[in-house]
Amino acid sequence: MKVLVPIKRVVDYNVKIRVKPDQTGVDLANVKMSMNPFDEIGVEEAIRLKEKGVATEVIAVSIGPQEAQETIRTALAMGADRGILVKVDHEVEPLTVAKILARIAKAESPQLIILGKQAIDDDSNQTGQMLAQLLGWAQGTFASKVVVEGDTVDVTREVDGGLQTVRLKLPAIVTTDLRLNEPRYASLPNIMKAKKKPIDAKAASDYGVDPAPRLKVLKTTEPPKRKGGVKVKTVQELVDKLKNEAGVI
Amino acid sequence: MAVLLIAEHDNKSLKDSTAKAMTAAQALGGPVDILVAGQDAKPAADAAAKIAGAGKVLLADDAQYGHQLAENMAALIVELAGKYDAVLSPASTNGKNFMPRVAAALDVPQISEIVSVDGPDTFTRPIYAGNAMQQVQAPAGKKIITVRTTAFKAAETTGSASVESVSAAKGPGVSEFVGEELSKSERPELASAKVVISGGRGMQSGENFHLLEKVADRLKAAVGASRAAVDAGFVPNDYQVGQTGKVVAPELYIAVGISGAIQHLAGMKDSKVIVAINKDEEAPIFQVADYGLVADLFKAVPELEEELKKQGY
Ligand SMILES: Cc1cc2nc3c(=O)[nH]c(=O)nc-3n(C[C@H](O)[C@H](O)[C@H](O)COP(=O)(O)OP(=O)(O)OC[C@H]3O[C@@H](n4cnc5c(N)ncnc54)[C@H](O)[C@@H]3O)c2cc1C
Ligand SMILES: Nc1ncnc2c1ncn2[C@@H]1O[C@H](COP(=O)(O)O)[C@@H](O)[C@H]1O
Repeated sequence: MKVLVPIKRVVDYNVKIRVKPDQTGVDLANVKMSMNPFDEIGVEEAIRLKEKGVATEVIAVSIGPQEAQETIRTALAMGADRGILVKVDHEVEPLTVAKILARIAKAESPQLIILGKQAIDDDSNQTGQMLAQLLGWAQGTFASKVVVEGDTVDVTREVDGGLQTVRLKLPAIVTTDLRLNEPRYASLPNIMKAKKKPIDAKAASDYGVDPAPRLKVLKTTEPPKRKGGVKVKTVQELVDKLKNEAGVI
Repeated sequence: MAVLLIAEHDNKSLKDSTAKAMTAAQALGGPVDILVAGQDAKPAADAAAKIAGAGKVLLADDAQYGHQLAENMAALIVELAGKYDAVLSPASTNGKNFMPRVAAALDVPQISEIVSVDGPDTFTRPIYAGNAMQQVQAPAGKKIITVRTTAFKAAETTGSASVESVSAAKGPGVSEFVGEELSKSERPELASAKVVISGGRGMQSGENFHLLEKVADRLKAAVGASRAAVDAGFVPNDYQVGQTGKVVAPELYIAVGISGAIQHLAGMKDSKVIVAINKDEEAPIFQVADYGLVADLFKAVPELEEELKKQGY
Protein backbone atom coordinates (compact mmCIF):
# COMPACT_ATOMS: atom_id res chain seq x y z
CA MET A 1 0.00 0.00 0.00
CA LYS A 2 0.99 3.59 -0.58
CA VAL A 3 1.45 5.98 2.34
CA LEU A 4 1.18 9.73 1.90
CA VAL A 5 2.97 12.03 4.39
CA PRO A 6 2.11 15.73 4.27
CA ILE A 7 4.98 17.78 5.69
CA LYS A 8 5.08 21.47 6.48
CA ARG A 9 8.08 23.77 6.49
CA VAL A 10 7.96 25.81 9.68
CA VAL A 11 10.16 27.95 11.91
CA ASP A 12 12.55 25.62 13.75
CA TYR A 13 11.22 24.76 17.20
CA ASN A 14 14.35 26.16 18.87
CA VAL A 15 13.85 29.65 17.44
CA LYS A 16 12.33 32.29 19.67
CA ILE A 17 10.19 34.20 17.19
CA ARG A 18 9.69 37.96 17.15
CA VAL A 19 6.50 39.82 16.41
CA LYS A 20 6.93 42.63 13.88
CA PRO A 21 6.62 46.05 15.53
CA ASP A 22 3.92 47.10 13.03
CA GLN A 23 1.80 44.11 14.17
CA THR A 24 1.54 42.68 10.64
CA GLY A 25 2.91 39.29 11.58
CA VAL A 26 5.93 37.37 12.76
CA ASP A 27 9.41 38.25 11.51
CA LEU A 28 10.60 35.29 9.43
CA ALA A 29 13.56 36.98 7.73
CA ASN A 30 16.76 34.95 8.20
CA VAL A 31 15.11 32.61 10.65
CA LYS A 32 16.04 28.92 10.67
CA MET A 33 13.32 26.79 9.10
CA SER A 34 12.82 23.04 9.55
CA MET A 35 10.32 20.29 9.00
CA ASN A 36 7.46 20.49 11.50
CA PRO A 37 8.56 18.10 14.31
CA PHE A 38 5.30 16.15 14.22
CA ASP A 39 5.77 15.62 10.48
CA GLU A 40 9.23 14.13 11.03
CA ILE A 41 7.48 11.63 13.26
CA GLY A 42 4.99 11.00 10.43
CA VAL A 43 7.76 10.39 7.91
CA GLU A 44 9.52 8.05 10.36
CA GLU A 45 6.33 6.05 10.93
CA ALA A 46 5.73 5.68 7.20
CA ILE A 47 9.30 4.50 6.61
CA ARG A 48 9.00 1.97 9.41
CA LEU A 49 5.83 0.63 7.77
CA LYS A 50 7.80 0.25 4.59
CA GLU A 51 10.65 -1.51 6.37
CA LYS A 52 8.10 -3.91 7.86
CA GLY A 53 6.80 -4.66 4.38
CA VAL A 54 3.41 -3.11 5.11
CA ALA A 55 3.90 -0.03 2.93
CA THR A 56 5.22 -0.23 -0.61
CA GLU A 57 5.78 3.43 -1.36
CA VAL A 58 6.09 6.58 0.77
CA ILE A 59 5.21 9.90 -0.86
CA ALA A 60 6.05 13.19 0.89
CA VAL A 61 3.89 16.20 0.02
CA SER A 62 4.46 19.80 0.98
CA ILE A 63 2.41 22.86 0.16
CA GLY A 64 4.47 26.00 0.46
CA PRO A 65 7.18 28.15 -1.09
CA GLN A 66 9.95 26.84 -3.38
CA GLU A 67 12.14 26.36 -0.29
CA ALA A 68 9.75 23.68 0.94
CA GLN A 69 11.56 21.52 -1.60
CA GLU A 70 14.40 21.28 0.95
CA THR A 71 11.93 19.94 3.49
CA ILE A 72 10.85 17.32 0.98
CA ARG A 73 14.52 16.44 0.36
CA THR A 74 14.90 15.84 4.08
CA ALA A 75 11.99 13.40 3.97
CA LEU A 76 13.51 11.70 0.92
CA ALA A 77 16.85 11.42 2.71
CA MET A 78 15.08 9.81 5.67
CA GLY A 79 13.69 7.21 3.28
CA ALA A 80 10.59 8.49 1.47
CA ASP A 81 10.47 7.45 -2.20
CA ARG A 82 9.29 10.56 -3.98
CA GLY A 83 7.91 14.01 -3.36
CA ILE A 84 5.22 16.41 -4.50
CA LEU A 85 5.69 20.16 -4.00
CA VAL A 86 2.59 22.27 -4.41
CA LYS A 87 3.94 25.77 -4.69
CA VAL A 88 2.10 28.51 -2.85
CA ASP A 89 3.95 31.67 -1.82
CA HIS A 90 1.78 32.77 1.09
CA GLU A 91 0.30 31.21 4.22
CA VAL A 92 -2.17 28.45 3.41
CA GLU A 93 -5.01 27.67 5.77
CA PRO A 94 -5.63 24.13 7.02
CA LEU A 95 -8.87 23.73 5.03
CA THR A 96 -7.06 24.76 1.83
CA VAL A 97 -4.25 22.32 2.55
CA ALA A 98 -6.83 19.62 3.23
CA LYS A 99 -8.58 20.31 -0.09
CA ILE A 100 -5.34 20.03 -2.04
CA LEU A 101 -4.38 16.86 -0.16
CA ALA A 102 -7.81 15.39 -0.84
CA ARG A 103 -7.24 15.82 -4.58
CA ILE A 104 -3.79 14.26 -4.33
CA ALA A 105 -5.27 11.37 -2.35
CA LYS A 106 -7.84 10.76 -5.10
CA ALA A 107 -5.07 10.67 -7.71
CA GLU A 108 -2.63 8.52 -5.72
CA SER A 109 -5.04 6.27 -3.77
CA PRO A 110 -2.92 5.84 -0.62
CA GLN A 111 -4.29 3.52 2.07
CA LEU A 112 -2.87 5.65 4.84
CA ILE A 113 -2.14 9.36 5.17
CA ILE A 114 0.02 10.27 8.16
CA LEU A 115 0.02 13.94 9.16
CA GLY A 116 1.35 15.74 12.21
CA LYS A 117 -1.18 16.51 14.92
CA GLN A 118 -0.34 20.18 14.70
CA ALA A 119 1.94 22.60 12.91
CA ILE A 120 4.02 24.43 15.52
CA ASP A 121 3.60 27.78 13.75
CA ASP A 122 -0.17 28.17 13.44
CA ASP A 123 -0.91 25.61 16.21
CA SER A 124 -4.17 24.84 14.38
CA ASN A 125 -4.48 21.08 14.86
CA GLN A 126 -7.03 20.82 12.05
CA THR A 127 -5.66 19.60 8.74
CA GLY A 128 -5.76 15.82 9.26
CA GLN A 129 -9.29 15.87 10.63
CA MET A 130 -10.50 18.12 7.79
CA LEU A 131 -8.88 15.86 5.22
CA ALA A 132 -10.55 12.82 6.79
CA GLN A 133 -13.94 14.51 6.53
CA LEU A 134 -13.42 15.61 2.92
CA LEU A 135 -12.49 12.04 1.96
CA GLY A 136 -15.15 10.42 4.16
CA TRP A 137 -12.42 8.43 5.93
CA ALA A 138 -11.86 7.48 9.54
CA GLN A 139 -9.22 9.25 11.62
CA GLY A 140 -6.89 8.28 14.43
CA THR A 141 -5.55 11.55 15.79
CA PHE A 142 -2.76 12.16 18.37
CA ALA A 143 -1.38 8.67 17.74
CA SER A 144 1.18 7.06 20.02
CA LYS A 145 0.87 3.62 18.38
CA VAL A 146 -0.20 2.52 14.91
CA VAL A 147 -0.76 -1.13 13.98
CA VAL A 148 -1.92 -2.03 10.47
CA GLU A 149 -3.63 -5.37 10.17
CA GLY A 150 -5.38 -6.53 7.02
CA ASP A 151 -7.83 -3.86 6.00
CA THR A 152 -7.91 -2.04 9.32
CA VAL A 153 -5.53 -0.03 11.46
CA ASP A 154 -5.55 0.16 15.25
CA VAL A 155 -4.51 3.56 16.53
CA THR A 156 -3.72 4.28 20.18
CA ARG A 157 -4.46 7.93 20.88
CA GLU A 158 -3.16 10.30 23.56
CA VAL A 159 -6.32 11.84 25.01
CA ASP A 160 -7.03 14.10 27.99
CA GLY A 161 -7.78 11.20 30.32
CA GLY A 162 -5.01 8.83 29.20
CA LEU A 163 -4.97 6.54 26.16
CA GLN A 164 -7.74 5.41 23.82
CA THR A 165 -7.52 2.79 21.08
CA VAL A 166 -9.74 2.90 17.99
CA ARG A 167 -9.98 0.55 15.01
CA LEU A 168 -10.28 2.26 11.65
CA LYS A 169 -11.21 0.89 8.25
CA LEU A 170 -8.56 1.56 5.64
CA PRO A 171 -8.01 3.90 3.91
CA ALA A 172 -7.60 6.12 6.95
CA ILE A 173 -5.96 9.22 8.37
CA VAL A 174 -3.48 9.17 11.23
CA THR A 175 -2.07 12.24 13.00
CA THR A 176 1.08 11.82 15.06
CA ASP A 177 1.76 12.67 18.68
CA LEU A 178 5.24 13.09 20.15
CA ARG A 179 5.66 9.60 21.53
CA LEU A 180 4.79 7.63 18.39
CA ASN A 181 8.48 7.17 17.54
CA GLU A 182 11.85 8.87 17.47
CA PRO A 183 12.67 10.09 13.98
CA ARG A 184 16.01 8.99 12.51
CA TYR A 185 18.70 11.25 11.17
CA ALA A 186 19.42 10.91 7.49
CA SER A 187 22.84 9.36 6.79
CA LEU A 188 25.21 11.03 4.36
CA PRO A 189 24.82 8.33 1.66
CA ASN A 190 21.04 8.66 1.95
CA ILE A 191 21.26 12.43 1.64
CA MET A 192 23.21 11.89 -1.60
CA LYS A 193 20.71 9.32 -2.86
CA ALA A 194 17.81 11.64 -2.05
CA LYS A 195 19.11 14.15 -4.57
CA LYS A 196 18.16 11.75 -7.34
CA LYS A 197 14.67 10.98 -6.08
CA PRO A 198 11.90 12.66 -8.06
CA ILE A 199 9.90 15.68 -6.83
CA ASP A 200 6.84 16.69 -8.84
CA ALA A 201 6.27 20.44 -9.01
CA LYS A 202 2.65 21.52 -8.94
CA ALA A 203 0.47 24.58 -8.35
CA ALA A 204 -2.74 24.87 -6.33
CA SER A 205 -4.58 25.54 -9.61
CA ASP A 206 -3.55 22.08 -10.83
CA TYR A 207 -5.93 20.80 -8.17
CA GLY A 208 -8.65 23.37 -8.82
CA VAL A 209 -8.16 24.88 -5.35
CA ASP A 210 -8.09 28.62 -4.68
CA PRO A 211 -5.28 29.06 -2.13
CA ALA A 212 -6.34 32.54 -0.95
CA PRO A 213 -6.85 32.72 2.84
CA ARG A 214 -10.40 33.19 4.07
CA LEU A 215 -9.65 34.22 7.63
CA LYS A 216 -8.60 37.84 7.77
CA VAL A 217 -5.68 38.46 10.10
CA LEU A 218 -6.30 41.88 11.65
CA LYS A 219 -3.16 42.05 13.75
CA THR A 220 -0.42 40.03 15.37
CA THR A 221 0.73 41.18 18.78
CA GLU A 222 3.13 40.26 21.56
CA PRO A 223 1.56 38.30 24.38
CA PRO A 224 1.44 40.04 27.75
CA LYS A 225 4.90 39.70 29.35
CA ARG A 226 5.32 38.29 32.84
CA LYS A 227 7.68 40.33 34.88
CA GLY A 228 10.44 38.37 36.56
CA GLY A 229 9.81 37.88 40.26
CA VAL A 230 12.08 37.45 43.22
CA LYS A 231 14.35 34.71 44.45
CA VAL A 232 13.61 33.30 47.86
CA LYS A 233 16.37 31.85 50.01
CA THR A 234 14.54 29.19 51.94
CA VAL A 235 11.50 26.97 51.78
CA GLN A 236 10.12 28.76 54.87
CA GLU A 237 10.35 32.10 53.08
CA LEU A 238 8.60 30.59 50.06
CA VAL A 239 5.69 29.26 52.08
CA ASP A 240 5.39 32.57 53.92
CA LYS A 241 5.24 34.52 50.63
CA LEU A 242 2.71 32.17 49.07
CA LYS A 243 0.51 32.47 52.12
CA ASN A 244 0.86 36.09 53.15
CA GLU A 245 1.97 37.96 50.05
CA ALA A 246 0.38 36.12 47.13
CA GLY A 247 -2.47 34.56 49.08
CA VAL A 248 -2.62 31.49 46.89
CA ILE A 249 -2.38 28.79 49.56
CA MET B 1 -26.62 34.89 16.54
CA ALA B 2 -27.79 31.41 17.62
CA VAL B 3 -24.98 29.36 19.15
CA LEU B 4 -24.58 25.63 19.71
CA LEU B 5 -22.11 24.67 22.44
CA ILE B 6 -20.81 21.10 22.51
CA ALA B 7 -20.56 19.82 26.09
CA GLU B 8 -17.45 18.10 27.43
CA HIS B 9 -18.40 15.21 29.70
CA ASP B 10 -17.80 11.56 30.54
CA ASN B 11 -21.51 10.61 30.33
CA LYS B 12 -21.82 10.61 34.12
CA SER B 13 -20.66 14.13 34.81
CA LEU B 14 -20.01 17.39 33.06
CA LYS B 15 -16.49 18.87 32.86
CA ASP B 16 -16.25 22.45 34.04
CA SER B 17 -14.68 23.35 30.70
CA THR B 18 -18.27 23.37 29.42
CA ALA B 19 -19.27 26.21 31.76
CA LYS B 20 -16.12 28.10 30.78
CA ALA B 21 -16.80 27.68 27.07
CA MET B 22 -20.33 28.94 27.80
CA THR B 23 -18.85 32.31 28.76
CA ALA B 24 -17.14 32.48 25.36
CA ALA B 25 -20.35 31.36 23.62
CA GLN B 26 -22.39 34.06 25.33
CA ALA B 27 -19.90 36.72 24.31
CA LEU B 28 -21.01 36.10 20.72
CA GLY B 29 -24.37 37.58 21.73
CA GLY B 30 -27.41 35.40 21.26
CA PRO B 31 -29.12 32.33 22.62
CA VAL B 32 -26.89 29.35 23.40
CA ASP B 33 -28.07 25.75 23.28
CA ILE B 34 -25.90 22.94 24.63
CA LEU B 35 -25.48 19.57 22.93
CA VAL B 36 -24.73 16.60 25.14
CA ALA B 37 -23.93 13.63 22.92
CA GLY B 38 -23.16 10.45 24.82
CA GLN B 39 -24.36 7.10 26.06
CA ASP B 40 -26.54 7.01 29.17
CA ALA B 41 -25.59 10.65 29.46
CA LYS B 42 -28.72 11.95 31.17
CA PRO B 43 -26.73 12.94 34.29
CA ALA B 44 -24.38 15.05 32.16
CA ALA B 45 -27.34 16.64 30.38
CA ASP B 46 -29.01 17.48 33.70
CA ALA B 47 -25.78 19.14 34.85
CA ALA B 48 -25.60 21.09 31.59
CA ALA B 49 -29.16 22.34 32.14
CA LYS B 50 -27.93 24.13 35.26
CA ILE B 51 -25.40 26.25 33.39
CA ALA B 52 -26.68 29.82 33.41
CA GLY B 53 -27.31 31.05 29.89
CA ALA B 54 -28.34 27.74 28.38
CA GLY B 55 -31.47 28.07 26.23
CA LYS B 56 -32.05 24.37 26.06
CA VAL B 57 -30.01 21.22 26.29
CA LEU B 58 -30.11 18.80 23.39
CA LEU B 59 -29.42 15.23 24.48
CA ALA B 60 -28.33 12.74 21.83
CA ASP B 61 -28.18 9.51 23.77
CA ASP B 62 -26.86 6.66 21.68
CA ALA B 63 -24.21 3.95 21.95
CA GLN B 64 -22.28 5.45 19.03
CA TYR B 65 -21.54 8.60 21.09
CA GLY B 66 -20.32 6.76 24.19
CA HIS B 67 -16.68 7.42 23.35
CA GLN B 68 -17.08 10.60 21.33
CA LEU B 69 -15.79 9.03 18.09
CA ALA B 70 -15.01 11.94 15.79
CA GLU B 71 -16.70 10.52 12.69
CA ASN B 72 -20.02 10.03 14.48
CA MET B 73 -19.87 13.23 16.53
CA ALA B 74 -19.18 15.29 13.42
CA ALA B 75 -22.09 13.73 11.52
CA LEU B 76 -24.44 14.65 14.37
CA ILE B 77 -23.16 18.19 14.82
CA VAL B 78 -23.29 18.90 11.08
CA GLU B 79 -26.93 17.77 11.06
CA LEU B 80 -27.81 20.06 13.97
CA ALA B 81 -25.69 22.99 12.78
CA GLY B 82 -28.30 24.11 10.23
CA LYS B 83 -30.18 26.08 12.85
CA TYR B 84 -27.14 27.79 14.33
CA ASP B 85 -24.77 30.57 13.29
CA ALA B 86 -21.88 29.35 15.40
CA VAL B 87 -20.75 26.08 16.94
CA LEU B 88 -18.29 26.11 19.86
CA SER B 89 -16.52 23.41 21.78
CA PRO B 90 -13.84 23.37 24.47
CA ALA B 91 -10.41 22.74 22.91
CA SER B 92 -10.16 19.37 24.64
CA THR B 93 -8.78 16.33 22.84
CA ASN B 94 -12.42 15.54 21.97
CA GLY B 95 -13.21 18.98 20.59
CA LYS B 96 -9.93 19.06 18.67
CA ASN B 97 -10.84 15.69 17.21
CA PHE B 98 -14.32 16.34 15.84
CA MET B 99 -14.62 20.11 15.29
CA PRO B 100 -12.33 20.35 12.22
CA ARG B 101 -14.47 17.65 10.57
CA VAL B 102 -17.52 19.83 11.17
CA ALA B 103 -15.75 22.86 9.68
CA ALA B 104 -14.68 20.90 6.60
CA ALA B 105 -18.18 19.53 6.09
CA LEU B 106 -19.58 23.06 6.24
CA ASP B 107 -16.72 24.42 4.10
CA VAL B 108 -15.63 27.10 6.58
CA PRO B 109 -12.28 27.63 8.28
CA GLN B 110 -12.08 26.66 11.94
CA ILE B 111 -10.80 29.10 14.52
CA SER B 112 -8.77 27.11 17.04
CA GLU B 113 -8.27 27.80 20.75
CA ILE B 114 -9.65 31.31 21.03
CA VAL B 115 -8.69 33.22 24.18
CA SER B 116 -11.02 36.16 23.63
CA VAL B 117 -14.11 37.15 21.70
CA ASP B 118 -13.45 40.64 20.34
CA GLY B 119 -16.61 40.96 18.26
CA PRO B 120 -19.26 38.70 16.73
CA ASP B 121 -16.79 37.57 14.04
CA THR B 122 -13.45 38.61 15.56
CA PHE B 123 -11.33 36.49 17.86
CA THR B 124 -7.85 36.33 19.37
CA ARG B 125 -5.84 33.13 19.47
CA PRO B 126 -2.25 32.23 20.37
CA ILE B 127 0.16 31.07 17.66
CA TYR B 128 3.82 29.94 17.85
CA ALA B 129 3.36 28.32 21.28
CA GLY B 130 1.79 31.50 22.61
CA ASN B 131 4.75 33.68 21.61
CA ALA B 132 2.42 35.74 19.43
CA MET B 133 -1.27 36.52 19.57
CA GLN B 134 -3.26 36.72 16.37
CA GLN B 135 -6.50 38.57 15.95
CA VAL B 136 -8.59 37.11 13.14
CA GLN B 137 -11.87 37.92 11.48
CA ALA B 138 -13.98 35.03 10.26
CA PRO B 139 -15.60 35.15 6.82
CA ALA B 140 -19.39 35.15 6.38
CA GLY B 141 -20.95 31.81 7.14
CA LYS B 142 -21.06 29.62 10.18
CA LYS B 143 -18.36 30.06 12.78
CA ILE B 144 -16.66 26.91 13.98
CA ILE B 145 -14.62 27.61 17.09
CA THR B 146 -12.70 25.77 19.77
CA VAL B 147 -12.17 27.56 23.06
CA ARG B 148 -9.08 27.62 25.28
CA THR B 149 -11.16 27.35 28.42
CA THR B 150 -8.43 28.52 30.82
CA ALA B 151 -8.99 32.00 29.36
CA PHE B 152 -12.65 32.20 30.38
CA LYS B 153 -14.43 32.24 33.76
CA ALA B 154 -16.99 29.53 34.30
CA ALA B 155 -20.62 30.54 33.90
CA GLU B 156 -22.74 30.19 37.04
CA THR B 157 -24.75 27.03 37.63
CA THR B 158 -27.97 28.78 38.54
CA GLY B 159 -29.84 27.88 35.35
CA SER B 160 -32.72 25.50 34.75
CA ALA B 161 -32.90 24.84 31.03
CA SER B 162 -35.08 22.08 29.61
CA VAL B 163 -33.54 18.90 28.26
CA GLU B 164 -34.80 17.80 24.87
CA SER B 165 -33.92 14.53 23.17
CA VAL B 166 -32.56 14.62 19.64
CA SER B 167 -32.14 11.54 17.49
CA ALA B 168 -28.78 10.12 16.54
CA ALA B 169 -27.40 10.87 13.09
CA LYS B 170 -26.27 8.16 10.73
CA GLY B 171 -22.53 7.80 11.23
CA PRO B 172 -20.22 6.71 8.41
CA GLY B 173 -19.42 3.43 10.20
CA VAL B 174 -15.70 3.51 9.51
CA SER B 175 -14.36 3.49 13.06
CA GLU B 176 -14.93 1.66 16.30
CA PHE B 177 -13.82 1.98 19.89
CA VAL B 178 -11.46 -0.80 21.01
CA GLY B 179 -10.39 0.16 24.51
CA GLU B 180 -8.97 2.77 26.81
CA GLU B 181 -6.49 3.14 29.62
CA LEU B 182 -7.56 6.06 31.74
CA SER B 183 -5.32 7.39 34.48
CA LYS B 184 -7.04 7.06 37.81
CA SER B 185 -6.34 9.62 40.46
CA GLU B 186 -7.93 10.86 43.63
CA ARG B 187 -6.41 14.27 42.97
CA PRO B 188 -8.15 17.11 41.14
CA GLU B 189 -7.88 17.23 37.35
CA LEU B 190 -5.02 19.19 35.86
CA ALA B 191 -7.31 21.38 33.79
CA SER B 192 -9.40 22.59 36.73
CA ALA B 193 -7.12 22.38 39.79
CA LYS B 194 -6.39 25.59 41.71
CA VAL B 195 -2.86 24.43 42.42
CA VAL B 196 -0.64 22.40 40.08
CA ILE B 197 2.77 20.97 40.93
CA SER B 198 4.74 19.65 37.96
CA GLY B 199 7.95 17.70 37.72
CA GLY B 200 10.51 17.59 34.94
CA ARG B 201 13.54 15.59 33.92
CA GLY B 202 15.19 16.70 37.15
CA MET B 203 12.89 14.28 39.04
CA GLN B 204 15.06 11.43 37.70
CA SER B 205 12.42 8.71 38.07
CA GLY B 206 8.72 7.96 38.37
CA GLU B 207 9.29 6.86 41.96
CA ASN B 208 10.47 10.32 42.87
CA PHE B 209 7.15 11.82 41.77
CA HIS B 210 5.92 10.63 45.18
CA LEU B 211 7.76 13.62 46.61
CA LEU B 212 5.52 15.89 44.54
CA GLU B 213 2.40 13.88 45.37
CA LYS B 214 2.94 14.43 49.06
CA VAL B 215 3.03 18.19 48.52
CA ALA B 216 0.05 17.90 46.17
CA ASP B 217 -1.98 16.15 48.85
CA ARG B 218 -1.36 18.97 51.31
CA LEU B 219 -2.37 21.64 48.79
CA LYS B 220 -5.17 19.68 47.04
CA ALA B 221 -3.10 20.11 43.91
CA ALA B 222 -3.01 18.26 40.62
CA VAL B 223 0.29 16.77 39.46
CA GLY B 224 1.67 17.60 36.02
CA ALA B 225 4.91 17.09 34.14
CA SER B 226 7.13 18.34 31.36
CA ARG B 227 7.43 16.45 28.11
CA ALA B 228 10.85 15.18 29.11
CA ALA B 229 9.40 13.54 32.22
CA VAL B 230 6.62 11.90 30.19
CA ASP B 231 8.98 10.77 27.42
CA ALA B 232 11.24 9.22 30.04
CA GLY B 233 8.26 7.21 31.28
CA PHE B 234 8.15 8.78 34.76
CA VAL B 235 4.43 9.56 34.42
CA PRO B 236 1.60 8.93 31.89
CA ASN B 237 1.07 11.09 28.80
CA ASP B 238 -1.94 12.93 30.20
CA TYR B 239 0.33 14.66 32.75
CA GLN B 240 2.07 16.68 30.04
CA VAL B 241 1.68 20.44 30.29
CA GLY B 242 2.64 22.58 27.30
CA GLN B 243 2.17 23.67 23.72
CA THR B 244 1.26 20.17 22.68
CA GLY B 245 -0.03 18.89 26.01
CA LYS B 246 -2.47 20.47 28.42
CA VAL B 247 -2.85 24.17 28.98
CA VAL B 248 -3.35 25.09 32.61
CA ALA B 249 -3.83 28.40 34.38
CA PRO B 250 -4.16 27.67 38.10
CA GLU B 251 -3.82 30.13 40.97
CA LEU B 252 -0.47 28.54 41.76
CA TYR B 253 1.88 26.56 39.50
CA ILE B 254 4.97 24.98 41.04
CA ALA B 255 7.59 23.82 38.52
CA VAL B 256 10.12 21.40 39.98
CA GLY B 257 13.20 20.34 38.03
CA ILE B 258 11.82 21.89 34.84
CA SER B 259 14.10 24.11 32.75
CA GLY B 260 11.34 26.24 31.18
CA ALA B 261 11.48 25.53 27.44
CA ILE B 262 9.07 27.69 25.40
CA GLN B 263 6.96 24.63 24.67
CA HIS B 264 6.46 24.08 28.39
CA LEU B 265 5.85 27.76 29.17
CA ALA B 266 3.13 27.77 26.50
CA GLY B 267 1.07 25.53 28.74
CA MET B 268 1.44 27.33 32.08
CA LYS B 269 2.53 30.93 31.71
CA ASP B 270 -0.98 32.26 32.30
CA SER B 271 -0.98 30.84 35.83
CA LYS B 272 -1.59 33.51 38.45
CA VAL B 273 1.49 32.76 40.53
CA ILE B 274 4.45 30.67 39.34
CA VAL B 275 7.02 29.07 41.62
CA ALA B 276 10.18 27.45 40.27
CA ILE B 277 12.46 25.10 42.15
CA ASN B 278 15.61 24.39 40.17
CA LYS B 279 19.24 23.90 41.07
CA ASP B 280 20.43 25.88 38.04
CA GLU B 281 20.02 29.58 38.74
CA GLU B 282 20.32 30.28 35.00
CA ALA B 283 17.31 28.09 34.12
CA PRO B 284 14.89 30.06 31.90
CA ILE B 285 11.96 29.07 34.13
CA PHE B 286 13.14 31.73 36.60
CA GLN B 287 12.36 34.43 34.01
CA VAL B 288 8.65 33.75 34.39
CA ALA B 289 8.61 32.68 38.04
CA ASP B 290 7.17 35.02 40.66
CA TYR B 291 9.11 33.12 43.32
CA GLY B 292 12.27 31.25 42.48
CA LEU B 293 14.13 28.90 44.76
CA VAL B 294 17.58 27.84 43.63
CA ALA B 295 17.97 24.51 45.37
CA ASP B 296 18.34 20.79 44.95
CA LEU B 297 14.79 19.52 44.64
CA PHE B 298 15.56 16.37 46.60
CA LYS B 299 16.23 18.58 49.59
CA ALA B 300 13.74 21.40 48.91
CA VAL B 301 10.62 19.36 48.11
CA PRO B 302 10.63 17.24 51.30
CA GLU B 303 11.31 20.45 53.23
CA LEU B 304 8.36 22.09 51.54
CA GLU B 305 6.12 19.22 52.52
CA GLU B 306 7.38 19.38 56.08
CA GLU B 307 6.83 23.14 56.30
CA LEU B 308 3.27 22.86 54.92
CA LYS B 309 2.53 20.12 57.40
CA LYS B 310 3.86 22.26 60.22
CA GLN B 311 1.58 25.09 59.18
CA GLY B 312 -1.46 22.85 59.21
CA TYR B 313 -2.02 22.23 55.50
C1 LIG C 1 7.20 19.82 18.84
C2 LIG C 1 7.57 19.89 20.28
C3 LIG C 1 6.57 19.96 21.22
C4 LIG C 1 6.87 20.02 22.57
N1 LIG C 1 5.84 20.09 23.48
C5 LIG C 1 6.13 20.16 24.79
C6 LIG C 1 5.08 20.26 25.77
O1 LIG C 1 3.89 20.28 25.45
N2 LIG C 1 5.44 20.32 27.07
C7 LIG C 1 6.75 20.30 27.49
O2 LIG C 1 7.01 20.34 28.70
N3 LIG C 1 7.74 20.20 26.59
C8 LIG C 1 7.47 20.11 25.26
N4 LIG C 1 8.50 19.99 24.38
C9 LIG C 1 9.87 19.74 24.89
C10 LIG C 1 10.61 20.98 25.34
O3 LIG C 1 11.25 21.57 24.22
C11 LIG C 1 11.68 20.59 26.38
O4 LIG C 1 12.55 19.63 25.83
C12 LIG C 1 11.11 20.02 27.68
O5 LIG C 1 10.08 20.85 28.17
C13 LIG C 1 12.21 19.87 28.70
O6 LIG C 1 11.72 19.26 29.88
P1 LIG C 1 12.43 19.51 31.28
O7 LIG C 1 12.42 20.96 31.60
O8 LIG C 1 11.79 18.59 32.26
O9 LIG C 1 13.90 18.94 31.04
P2 LIG C 1 15.29 19.70 30.97
O10 LIG C 1 15.25 20.78 29.98
O11 LIG C 1 16.32 18.64 30.85
O12 LIG C 1 15.42 20.40 32.39
C14 LIG C 1 15.61 19.71 33.58
C15 LIG C 1 15.82 20.76 34.66
O13 LIG C 1 15.91 20.14 35.93
C16 LIG C 1 16.89 20.80 36.69
N5 LIG C 1 17.36 19.83 37.70
C17 LIG C 1 18.00 18.66 37.50
N6 LIG C 1 18.26 18.05 38.66
C18 LIG C 1 17.78 18.84 39.64
C19 LIG C 1 17.74 18.76 41.06
N7 LIG C 1 18.25 17.70 41.69
N8 LIG C 1 17.17 19.75 41.73
C20 LIG C 1 16.66 20.83 41.10
N9 LIG C 1 16.65 20.96 39.76
C21 LIG C 1 17.21 19.97 39.04
C22 LIG C 1 17.94 21.20 35.72
O14 LIG C 1 18.69 22.30 36.21
C23 LIG C 1 17.11 21.56 34.49
O15 LIG C 1 16.80 22.95 34.47
C24 LIG C 1 8.22 19.97 23.01
C25 LIG C 1 9.23 19.92 22.06
C26 LIG C 1 8.92 19.88 20.72
C27 LIG C 1 10.03 19.80 19.72
N1 LIG D 1 1.37 23.56 4.03
C1 LIG D 1 1.36 22.27 4.38
N2 LIG D 1 1.98 21.34 3.60
C2 LIG D 1 1.98 20.05 3.94
N3 LIG D 1 1.39 19.57 5.05
C3 LIG D 1 0.76 20.43 5.85
C4 LIG D 1 0.72 21.83 5.56
N4 LIG D 1 0.03 22.44 6.55
C5 LIG D 1 -0.34 21.47 7.43
N5 LIG D 1 0.10 20.26 7.00
C6 LIG D 1 -0.06 18.96 7.68
O1 LIG D 1 -1.11 19.07 8.64
C7 LIG D 1 -0.61 18.89 9.96
C8 LIG D 1 -1.38 19.74 10.94
O2 LIG D 1 -1.27 21.10 10.65
P1 LIG D 1 -2.22 22.23 11.28
O3 LIG D 1 -3.62 21.76 11.06
O4 LIG D 1 -1.90 23.47 10.52
O5 LIG D 1 -1.86 22.32 12.73
C9 LIG D 1 0.87 19.17 9.85
O6 LIG D 1 1.60 18.52 10.88
C10 LIG D 1 1.19 18.60 8.47
O7 LIG D 1 1.30 17.19 8.51
